[in-house]
Amino acid sequence: MNLERRLLNEQGGPGHRGPGLPACDVPPRPLAELLPGARLRDELRLPQVSEPEVVRHFIELSALNHHVDKGLYPLGSCTMKHNPKINDEVASLPGFALAHPLADDESIQGAIRVMHDLQRALAEITGFAAVTTQPAAGAQGELTGLLLIRAWHRSRGEASRRTVIVPDSAHGTNPASVRLVGYETMTIASGSHGTVDPEALRGALSAETAALMLTVPNTLGLFEPRILEVARLAHEAGAQVYLDGANLNALVGHVRPGDLGFDVMHINLHKTFSTPHGGGGPGAGPVAVARHLEPFLPVPVIVERDGLLRLSSDRPGSIGRVHGFHGNFGILVRALTYILTLGPQGLRGVSRNAILNANYLMRRLAGTYELPHPEHCMHEFVLSGRGLKRYGVKTLDVAKRLLDFGVHAPTVYFPLIVEEALMIEPTETETLDRLDHFAAAMKRIAAEARESPQLLLDAPHGTPLQRLDEGRAARELVLRWQDPAPAPSPSAETSSTWR
Amino acid sequence: MVYPDDVRYTAEHEWARLEGGVVTVGITSYATDQLGDVVFVELPEVGRKVEAAKTFGVVEAVKTVSDLFAPLGGEVVEVNTALADNPALVNQEPFGEGWMIRLRPTVPADYQKLLSSVDYERLVEAQHA
Amino acid sequence: MSYVGRTVEEERRMLEAIGVDRFEDLLAAIPREVLLEQPPPIEGPLSEIEIRRRFGRLARSNDADHSVSFLGGGVYDHYIPAAVNALAMRSEFATAYTPYQAEVAQGTLTAIFEFQSMVAELTGMEVANASLYDGATAAVEAALLSRAHTGRRRVVVAGAFHPHTIEVLRTYLDPGDLTVVADRGGQCAPEDLKPALGPEVACVLYQHPNFFGLIETPHAMHTLAHEAGALAVACCDPIALALLEPPGTSGADIVVGEGQSLGNPPSFGGPMLGFFACRQALVRRMPGRLAAQTVDRQGRRGFVLTLQTREQHIRREKATSNICTNQGLIALRATIYLALMGREGLREVAALCVRKSHHAAERAAALAGYRLVHGGPFFREFVLECPVDAARVCGQGRRDGVLPGVDLGRFRPEWRRWLLVAVTEQRSVEEIDAWLRVLERAGEGVR
Repeated sequence: MNLERRLLNEQGGPGHRGPGLPACDVPPRPLAELLPGARLRDELRLPQVSEPEVVRHFIELSALNHHVDKGLYPLGSCTMKHNPKINDEVASLPGFALAHPLADDESIQGAIRVMHDLQRALAEITGFAAVTTQPAAGAQGELTGLLLIRAWHRSRGEASRRTVIVPDSAHGTNPASVRLVGYETMTIASGSHGTVDPEALRGALSAETAALMLTVPNTLGLFEPRILEVARLAHEAGAQVYLDGANLNALVGHVRPGDLGFDVMHINLHKTFSTPHGGGGPGAGPVAVARHLEPFLPVPVIVERDGLLRLSSDRPGSIGRVHGFHGNFGILVRALTYILTLGPQGLRGVSRNAILNANYLMRRLAGTYELPHPEHCMHEFVLSGRGLKRYGVKTLDVAKRLLDFGVHAPTVYFPLIVEEALMIEPTETETLDRLDHFAAAMKRIAAEARESPQLLLDAPHGTPLQRLDEGRAARELVLRWQDPAPAPSPSAETSSTWR
Repeated sequence: MVYPDDVRYTAEHEWARLEGGVVTVGITSYATDQLGDVVFVELPEVGRKVEAAKTFGVVEAVKTVSDLFAPLGGEVVEVNTALADNPALVNQEPFGEGWMIRLRPTVPADYQKLLSSVDYERLVEAQHA
Repeated sequence: MSYVGRTVEEERRMLEAIGVDRFEDLLAAIPREVLLEQPPPIEGPLSEIEIRRRFGRLARSNDADHSVSFLGGGVYDHYIPAAVNALAMRSEFATAYTPYQAEVAQGTLTAIFEFQSMVAELTGMEVANASLYDGATAAVEAALLSRAHTGRRRVVVAGAFHPHTIEVLRTYLDPGDLTVVADRGGQCAPEDLKPALGPEVACVLYQHPNFFGLIETPHAMHTLAHEAGALAVACCDPIALALLEPPGTSGADIVVGEGQSLGNPPSFGGPMLGFFACRQALVRRMPGRLAAQTVDRQGRRGFVLTLQTREQHIRREKATSNICTNQGLIALRATIYLALMGREGLREVAALCVRKSHHAAERAAALAGYRLVHGGPFFREFVLECPVDAARVCGQGRRDGVLPGVDLGRFRPEWRRWLLVAVTEQRSVEEIDAWLRVLERAGEGVR
């Protein structure tokens, strides 16, 4: 029997309730008297389920997920590495969890200290002068960085600079963020080695250029060998140079981006600094800047006065706030915990082992899949599944088949400049055994593509559901649960105690 | 892949069919093959003027999205409202029920400047060489 | 310390398989002059024992660790059932990522779909997304959607609106495109809003309950916005929506808000939970992720991310927003919370907030030198004028283990005697009495 999994709204019923609340210990006056003139709602069709039902439901759901604690998750660009458990424990300490962002500075010294120490540590690690920890995610960090660049150009009477040069291998957030600050994207083609061609850049730079936005290592996993020249060219043209720091885990402890000629970068704490990805967030996207951009950082900034750390909004040049409060503090605590746990040598070991793991896997798979860029890679590499097309198999099918081997699929069809791309980032926390298992699975799948391609076309086979119809989802657009039965009449509910 | 010869083509994979002074426009079967399942088509309002080679709408598939380019300039006289409820028609019958707009061309003679089926097929093959 | 399991022998084998003699050979593309010989001199490594000691001390130095909180202003101390933590901190949810491979992410996708369903129900809207960073950026996204939809530029903020949200709107929009219509006696007066509207206005944003805790008149604002051809955007508190008529019922086009109060601790203001709901007609301009129902090859119900062509990874510079992630784990906590509280429990929470906050307000207003600033109906929060600077009341509270409210002087000097007080269902009558004693002590000797 195949019992269809039921949603919360399809379980329970009247009288099924979760944890109770204390009885009202103040005079229970009627709400209509306390809220004169307010329009109240008649009904609220939330689920009616008991705690055991809720627990069973979410435990059943949890079993349907792949996750890092279960197995390899080599999503290129996403850095799915181990999330240390001590980080979560520290973030949940009551003094942090209950701290309120609008309390007086005197009563939240511990929380401000955490942000202060993290900002200093990130500045050291990246080689920049100052850091804001307010942006809530990498994409918001990009926006913040571009706003800083815009403010700087404006302060110099160069508001007419409105173009941002972005390589064709860039993350999609780059052009989307550029647009959000009112700038235009100019895309330049990567050179034959997949990196920036200084000649192409020279041709693109002009008096209109506001910034050059690069990812280093780039999305092919390659370090820009001529980065110093590239940054110099941009600066000579009056542009700022932005680093998309999504791949900082390839550099940490070995190279400081501030030494490469960058003016500003964002840092994805949920990638390099190990905070959990949470099924899609929350992350955090602090921004590090060179000295000349510091006056424009979002407010409030941390200043030390009379032996106290204070949150100061007294910064006339600031671009303003980008978040309702201080950013994703719970994530900042975790990142600082991680940095202090590792220390200098531990952090250096992060990039060392990330690079080692990626190169090892790349060489193991190079004979089986096409490797468009055979240079040594940094923390990730990109294969092409183009060669399998002759068997009627696409990269997507390889990805789906991998799920049957207990590993997550790599990032597929990105970067856009590689046909049938498979972008693989093993991360430093995978052991040699796990890497070998993954390589064996990838090789076996390549063999299956030749010998029994239908196996791939029908994959996955062992997952809770088989391939899902995304076209139907987009055409029918069922975006919320709908009650198949007519709504209960409001009068049926008025007997309850809440009024 | 089919390349009917009663229509003419653009390099952007639209087709156009001139009948009684009105040009019907859609996308080719090659285009639908590249896009996959079409899930939404954004079309202009009747009466809008479109320019040749400029975008007149957007076609969305599950993981891709593409602008639609007008083969000829002119005024939109009809749009295929059936696509709102059933965008899959574009996949099922790209040259028939999956048409997108009808327009009255400003310069009807420009129709002859569009690609023939032979030229278009050659272009598609060249892109795959 | 590191989280890498590797022997010297394993590393040697790996280098051999790669075909290099030394690890440093892999760094050949990096200019020598920028390669560090030593890593940057940060602190550490620290053992878990040392980490616990150090961070335990820092955490305890925050008064919230040992005080009773009457703080609000957008972040609230609501009860979090034990099952929320037990379920949401499971590895299966916490250490997964965006559900790109739906076949191995049905847990996350189903939860998102349920979150969307509950937010749509609370707000009275047709659709809701998978969440945004926080309430402030959700308001920004609503303004951006309204602009794209109407082709107009001006954004009108009506009445007592959170000052931080206005600041974030100023950061994202050109400040010249923002009009702020001041409140009158704490609430938005239609006669003040009307003259601010015109053919260049894309949307009217209002907060309900507003920054001062007062209930607005949504239907009047919706009508005025629509008469001007603008969209009506409500910024709401989800717990208040358990009692109040949902804005969707009276014609709002978009409802956004801060969802922290649904099962999430204050956490010093982050991570928060921006929610975003709108009419179905606007769905293709919605920012952020959306889960949709579909079937697998065997016809079984399942869920996938949908309308991804709106998003940055496909549409790039033409995307509806640059947002990439949602607040997945925080939205999950909200979903579990709403399931546990359910249709009865959530309304009881809301009703307790109303009754306790009114009890506290009435008792405080009876104290010498204290008075309520506004006369309108409020939900959970009210502004108390103190006989002394609110900062002094907060200082007294620190000594007595009570965080008595938000000193509004931090926002405007003329508000320096105003204390914004939030009373949730967690506050007992004894705690309210302790809070009243703080007010009394702070006011002693004045007058």
